[in-house]
Amino acid sequence: MNASQVIFYLISAFVLGTAVLAVTSHKIFRSAIWLLFSLIGVAALYFWMQVEFVAAVQIIVYVGGVVVLIIFSIFLTQQSGSEMPKPPLKRMLFSILAVLFGFAFSYNIIANYGFDAATTTKPFNVPVSAIGEQMLDTKQYGFVLPFEVVSMLLLAAMIGCIVIALRSAPKGKPVQKPAAPAGANGASNKPVTGSNMVVEEKSL
Amino acid sequence: MNIPLTHILFVSTALFFIGMYGLFTRRNLITMLMAIELILNSVNINFVAFNKYLYPDNLNGVFFTLFIIAIAAAEAAVAIAIIINLYRSHRSIDVEDVREMRG
Repeated sequence: MNASQVIFYLISAFVLGTAVLAVTSHKIFRSAIWLLFSLIGVAALYFWMQVEFVAAVQIIVYVGGVVVLIIFSIFLTQQSGSEMPKPPLKRMLFSILAVLFGFAFSYNIIANYGFDAATTTKPFNVPVSAIGEQMLDTKQYGFVLPFEVVSMLLLAAMIGCIVIALRSAPKGKPVQKPAAPAGANGASNKPVTGSNMVVEEKSL
Repeated sequence: MNIPLTHILFVSTALFFIGMYGLFTRRNLITMLMAIELILNSVNINFVAFNKYLYPDNLNGVFFTLFIIAIAAAEAAVAIAIIINLYRSHRSIDVEDVREMRG
């Protein structure tokens, strides 16, 4: 057993252990931190498989983006130190049984398929230039169409997030514009529809 | 570098079912989102491992992994926007407390 194998088993144990802690911890903030360690472990697994670009993307997007977003939403929605209620014993028992059965079923199929005879021992090196060229290639085996579709999807998701999370004005309590010109249209007292931005800013 | 492929698949399968366990037992929307992230990561490990061990000449598994990471980021952002909006209207992010879709 050489050093590479030892490193692989260490990384695997780290990923699985922290993932188990992430789904069983009773404090939600600790759960997010365990998820952070698990994702770093997956990035280490990519480094071990010598796909450094994917590992870098994993660290930037997941560790730097998604987990930070999750931690912010935890701070926005609940007390970080509060404990979550335990799941009922019956549900936990049946979940463990279902998960163990599913794992045994899937791994049985994988172990009996005979992957190891089909593996090649060719070196697998992924230069970033090859990834970039194939990503923006318009010929066959080029990925420019999914690239553009994903960029549109990211734009749509960004606009959708802003629209969903925008705080709407509370109904029934219209906030009047403070600097209403007196006497110009003095009879009308209801807020103008064009002043929605002012209303939102006041309610923030 | 002579780990058999089935060991990597063991890790990714175990990660997938750990995520499934979290999805079954948790009733908090943020922790369910964390379980979904674990499941997506297990799929990514599978793609890279298959590309490395079975088809080392081309890069399709790496591209699938990159696109899955991009879509997962968009999905997490939209899900958190929905969770925050839900918290404003219901004062709770427990799935048992959300019984109607009206905002």
